Amino acid sequence: MDLRRLYRDMLVARRIDEEAIAMQRQGALPSYAPSKGQEAAQVGSAAALDLSRDFAFPTYRDLGAAVAMGVDLVGYLSTHLGTWHGGLYDPVASRFAPFNAVVGGPVTHAVGWAMGAKLDGTGGAAITYFGDGASSQGDVHEAMNFAGVYRLPVVFFCQNNGWAISVPTARQVAGGSVAKRAEGYGIEGVRVDGNDVRAVYEATRQALRSGQPVVIEAMTYRMGPHSTSDDPGRYRTLDEERAWAERDPLLKAAAELSRDELDEAEAHAKEVTRQVREGLLALGDRPGEELFDFVYREPTKALLEQKEAWRANG
Amino acid sequence: MAERTARSGRDEEAAASADRMGAEPRKATVFSLQQALNLALQHACEDDDRVLIFGEDVGELGGVFRVTDGLRTKFGTDRVFDTPLAESAIMGMAVGLALAGWRPVPELQFDGFSYPAIDQIVNQVARMHYRSRGTVAMPITLRLPSFGGIRAPEHHSESLETLFAHVPGLKVVSPSSPAEGYHLLRQSIADPDPVIFMEPKSRYWHRESFDPEAPAKTLPAGTSRIVRPGKHATLVAWGAMVARCVETAELAAEDGVELEVLDLRWLKPIDADGLAESVGRTRRAVIVHEAPLTAGLGAEVAALITERCFGTLRAPVQRVTGFDVPYPSGALEDEYLPSIDRILTGVQTVLEYRRG
Repeated sequence: MDLRRLYRDMLVARRIDEEAIAMQRQGALPSYAPSKGQEAAQVGSAAALDLSRDFAFPTYRDLGAAVAMGVDLVGYLSTHLGTWHGGLYDPVASRFAPFNAVVGGPVTHAVGWAMGAKLDGTGGAAITYFGDGASSQGDVHEAMNFAGVYRLPVVFFCQNNGWAISVPTARQVAGGSVAKRAEGYGIEGVRVDGNDVRAVYEATRQALRSGQPVVIEAMTYRMGPHSTSDDPGRYRTLDEERAWAERDPLLKAAAELSRDELDEAEAHAKEVTRQVREGLLALGDRPGEELFDFVYREPTKALLEQKEAWRANG
Repeated sequence: MAERTARSGRDEEAAASADRMGAEPRKATVFSLQQALNLALQHACEDDDRVLIFGEDVGELGGVFRVTDGLRTKFGTDRVFDTPLAESAIMGMAVGLALAGWRPVPELQFDGFSYPAIDQIVNQVARMHYRSRGTVAMPITLRLPSFGGIRAPEHHSESLETLFAHVPGLKVVSPSSPAEGYHLLRQSIADPDPVIFMEPKSRYWHRESFDPEAPAKTLPAGTSRIVRPGKHATLVAWGAMVARCVETAELAAEDGVELEVLDLRWLKPIDADGLAESVGRTRRAVIVHEAPLTAGLGAEVAALITERCFGTLRAPVQRVTGFDVPYPSGALEDEYLPSIDRILTGVQTVLEYRRG
């Protein structure tokens, strides 16, 4: 994989991340979950997907994966705008499951999807994103066990970013490693430098094409707050943040690129960010009818009556 | 509207459905509910090769109630398979399979075992279609052996219809007989939305004669059924309580009281029009369910009846239900469940009620 492409996507994610925080500060975006610092883990893993047959199950902090997979970014960020919980992008066409705010639960979906793909003989694999915090959830354990029992093509991609809001990995992950847990399920577990985009890409590509379940623990760092409502100053030191800033995944990748390549990437990121900002500001609210429209394939009589009552009071 | 027991067009339906195996319409056969459900699963698998059946012990064993008996042999381990013992992952896997274009029919072994899967059922199964703005369908039928009456250990006799009916995005149904079981399960599996299919386990061995090949009929979501016509009051029930209400009505008839028994069957969406039609005629209603009284589905049914029939009601709607206690041990089960005597007392209350 061309490092220039990976860097471009990482930089797009970084610049949109900055823009989203700015928009939140300006009151244009109600809340946001920054992904700064995790771009290599997200872009490197998602770039390894074969979009003709693989499928990704993201968390609420996977902007970099959305960028690398070519997901409609206005649609992706619309969830933070408060437009629609699952986002406005097409999850099926994007090969990117609806934005999901449940921690751990969606990991089991990847197992089901992978079983479906295996039954269909597509050769496709699922990748499921989760964090060190989510690794404590029973669903993650259940999912790994199921994948181990059925030998399903699932990549359990853990971004160990050091912090689950305010709780550090040391007080979250007994034994200290999510990857090591894989052995207990009879599946492969690897730990990679999550800030090395090429290492992440290579590990993920191998895992996806192995046809087997694999746990990848990408060691990275959430350089920003958990969300725009969070205050990391209450639970971690500036020294720690400075130390990780020196290991910024973009700096690491940029060191191998030419000035022209970096400038080109910067111009590209600036343009994409401008388009996303304009797209978000132009989006507007959804029609009120949509409150009722997607609960069932066909609305029930009771829902139609409620919709009518809502309309009558409008 | 409530479907009448006397149906027209029966012959047409029979002729139209003589297709399976290219044979003449078979004669009615006696089935237990367990056998009828088994047949429905078999036919669903035959008709749609995207149907998958999975859960704890549903393969080799055929399920603890044998509802999936023989299906693994017929359809293979790809389509009928055992899962590890983890209810949340079973339902999470169903979400992923649906996303991949399959039609999952998971079983959770007992009602009380669905609690560990509530997050998946409520936050994922019920919401994925909404969350994805209709781009991802969740045609999942969760088979859930339900309700009490079999002297079971703790957590094996729960009535969870209110819990599930309260969740937007879910449909909830409970059959009361083998024929109903067959058709409602076929309908549920064909439904494009997630359906919680609550099987009354105390009725698994109840037998009835019907011809599953003959009717091409479906029992669409939101329909109810009048099991026994009457004019003095309507008994509203579902699942195992339907048979108990019919028994009650037969006893009452000996005293000249004609009770109508309405099998609600779809607990979401509820057939509000069917309820109003029946109670509008009888002007009195008694709701019977196994679940505890407070905030039980009877409260919703009573509200629907009151909203639609307030002017014609001759008495406040009565509820005869389980008590507000945890489901008890077998020794106290009969004290807990609505008995014929308690139902008759409820009937007496609505019949003798006088204003002011």
